[in-house]
Amino acid sequence: MRAESFDARVRQALYANRRWHPAEIGFWILAFAAYLLFPSHLLLLNEIAILALFALSLDLILGYAGIVSLGHAAFLGMGAYAAGLLAKHVTGDPFAGLACGMAAAGLVGLLTSPLVLRGSDLTRLMVTLGVALILYELANSFGSLTGGADGLQGVMMKPVLGQFEFDIFGRTAYLYSLSVLFLLFLIARRVVHSPVGLSLRAVRDNPLRASASGVPNGRRLAAAYTLAAAYAGAAGALLAQTTQFVSLDVLDFHRSADLMLVLIIGGAGYLYGGLIGAIAFKLLQDAIASFTPQYWMFWIGLFLVLFVLGGREIIHSAVKTVAGRFARLGRGGAR
Amino acid sequence: MSVALQTFDLCKSFGGITATDHVDFTLEKGARHALIGPNGAGKTTFVNQLTGVLKPSSGCITLMGEDITKLTREARVQRGLARTFQINQLFATMTPLEMVALVTSERLGRGSQPFRALDLDAELVEQTAEILTRFRLDDMMDRTIATLPYGKQRQIEIAAAFAARPTVLLLDEPAAGVPEAERRELMQTVAELPDDVSVLLIEHDMDLVFRFATRITVLVNGRVLAEGTPEEMARDPAVRAAYLGESTHV
Amino acid sequence: MLTILFDGIAYGMVLFVLGCGLSVTMGLMNFVNLAHGAFAMLGGYVAVLAMQRLGLPFLASLPLAFLSAALVGIVLERLIYRPMYAKSHLDQVMFSIGLVFMAVAGTDWLMGSTQQFIRLPAWLQGRFEIAGIGIGRYRLFVIAICGLLAISLQWGFTRTRFGSRLRAAVDDARVARGLGIPVNRLFALTFALGCGLAGLGGALGIELMGLDPTFPLKFMIYFLIVVTVGGTSSITGPFFAAMLLGVADVVGKYLVPQVGAFIIYALMVVLLITRPHGLFARARA
Repeated sequence: MRAESFDARVRQALYANRRWHPAEIGFWILAFAAYLLFPSHLLLLNEIAILALFALSLDLILGYAGIVSLGHAAFLGMGAYAAGLLAKHVTGDPFAGLACGMAAAGLVGLLTSPLVLRGSDLTRLMVTLGVALILYELANSFGSLTGGADGLQGVMMKPVLGQFEFDIFGRTAYLYSLSVLFLLFLIARRVVHSPVGLSLRAVRDNPLRASASGVPNGRRLAAAYTLAAAYAGAAGALLAQTTQFVSLDVLDFHRSADLMLVLIIGGAGYLYGGLIGAIAFKLLQDAIASFTPQYWMFWIGLFLVLFVLGGREIIHSAVKTVAGRFARLGRGGAR
Repeated sequence: MSVALQTFDLCKSFGGITATDHVDFTLEKGARHALIGPNGAGKTTFVNQLTGVLKPSSGCITLMGEDITKLTREARVQRGLARTFQINQLFATMTPLEMVALVTSERLGRGSQPFRALDLDAELVEQTAEILTRFRLDDMMDRTIATLPYGKQRQIEIAAAFAARPTVLLLDEPAAGVPEAERRELMQTVAELPDDVSVLLIEHDMDLVFRFATRITVLVNGRVLAEGTPEEMARDPAVRAAYLGESTHV
Repeated sequence: MLTILFDGIAYGMVLFVLGCGLSVTMGLMNFVNLAHGAFAMLGGYVAVLAMQRLGLPFLASLPLAFLSAALVGIVLERLIYRPMYAKSHLDQVMFSIGLVFMAVAGTDWLMGSTQQFIRLPAWLQGRFEIAGIGIGRYRLFVIAICGLLAISLQWGFTRTRFGSRLRAAVDDARVARGLGIPVNRLFALTFALGCGLAGLGGALGIELMGLDPTFPLKFMIYFLIVVTVGGTSSITGPFFAAMLLGVADVVGKYLVPQVGAFIIYALMVVLLITRPHGLFARARA
């Protein structure tokens, strides 16, 4: 007879995947504590939070759904312009802008998802690249709306919740961006541990078996792509709002390439990869910028080459060791 | 007996090659039916059309009386047509538990719910546990599939197909490549499938076919060469010729 | 109007010389080398330096551009490209983007970020008219050289032993290896040839497409279009794709300048979706 206890074991095993690890809790406490710990670096922290959200978005489609993309900047830019234009012409309310940016980017994601679902990895890389280039050209051509190469000027933001004015030190900006990141992270975490998340992993692992298991591959991937696009749009909106400026740079190819590097550093497919990668990437950029600001591109190229040639394994084993040590510490502390 | 799965005048050609040639085939409800034939006879092409991996050139397929010729793969699964693959098609990074839970959750229509927690779904937990026990995967449900022995992986193939609660189950060479030591457990699994599931076994291994099947269809060059009980097939000169012909090549 | 068409053809010819090497690398080793444009840039700068610093004539600087790019190609292929063949497309793309970034920043550091110019010899300057069509001398020169190259490549690809081995290896590298064809050496040679051609194209293209450190990034998409639209199994496919692209780009920019490169990218996306194996590729089962 199948004992009740086996059901309980199955339930427990399924729960184990989505249980909050002490190290995770520690991570977020640290993230919020950073506000107090590094009061003079809040602008950098804000950039990190936004990049982390952007990377989280790519991780959702790359790490979980297995869709490669070289044009994720399309959604960042879409969100940034949508939020910027809303603030300039309609309302400066941050949350309205955030919603507008997510909706606009999500819509582009939904519309372009049929293009991305077909074909091999190579086709996907090219199509995503092409879509991003098209958006770049469009933003460049419609200068009357977007400001073209001069950028979108005159983005004025109202205080968050009518209370917290954006300031030049990035105090409000960091807490605002971090809160949005945290909230969207919670939702993403929920989604990846839901039946939808499970089916995305199935499609990534083996599309043939996934459809033989009853998973409608195309629709599930389209949904994931749209969600990820909306997340990238949120990152774009945050960028536009906290800098009160949007330039063509948000749609530039190097944004998409940087993002890949972020995910390569942090590792894809466990949600924290993008966050850890964003921290490492920005600190690295900051450090290098302090002695050779001009040739950052060279270094990023070198890192990409070295990572692919074999550095990735080294980094990841290091990250795992450190994470493992933290986990043991955390568990020890919890008991 | 009533009919579970039927094909009418099914044809498939690739370029100039005819892989399936006017096949009329009937699978009775609750049947233990084997589809045999030499290499290149078109068995896998036939199965791929049944499950929607390939589109037939002409003809139609019905499942429980419903025309499914134009349905997508996943729609066929939802209507009760599940399959295993000749070469393992598993979710390598998942555990057996996750794989069975996935199929179960899709069957229960949970697949599109983004905020539901798997462990809080009593129905899902119960049915997942049931499958894991039935296929003797309970003691290794937490290990990554890629690390399990090959025989166990074949077992998971069948478990995952069965988790879709099929009315028709297509087993594509379930014992292919399984070492002797693990073979017995696998054959027991196949033998223990419940009677109300109609099973079509595609197999090379005559030993397994004759032990399992109550009815056999022989496919040669994409055409049905003969059909009947195992005894009739063993006596049929045309079938023997087809097989003897092959064995000289192998 | 016909003058513009003529310009488009010249532009397309250069694109073909630039891109055909990439299409062979892609077809042969299934390797996505986004850094192909970096070799073209190298050729361009070598030509500029040869003329400015060494005072070489324009014609002499062209073979130099070819040789230097081919040489660097051989060395890099040996040292860092070879381990990449077995990796995923994503890794290859990341890797070659990394190379592009390094090339862009490195060139900026060495040569400065300004646009480079060359002084064409007098006999290549200006234009003349035939039946009312204005024909640039330099463009005619480019068409002649590139056309000659295209013909000899086509001949080499279809008629020589090297070509037949190459085609066999493109079709199925494993089988070719089994037949005793030294696929690795074949590939190294082809890679070098492709890089050399890119270098030559870069030098020829200075006058038509400009040359500055962002060249590999700016034209990356063009090479990719040539390859994806033209397919990777022939010389003629990329050739016609490059012609189409060159003419469409020049004419499009002339007729509707505000839309810019938009049409080209849209065209590429549509083609990728509808003809994933290339516009001129044989349909595969």
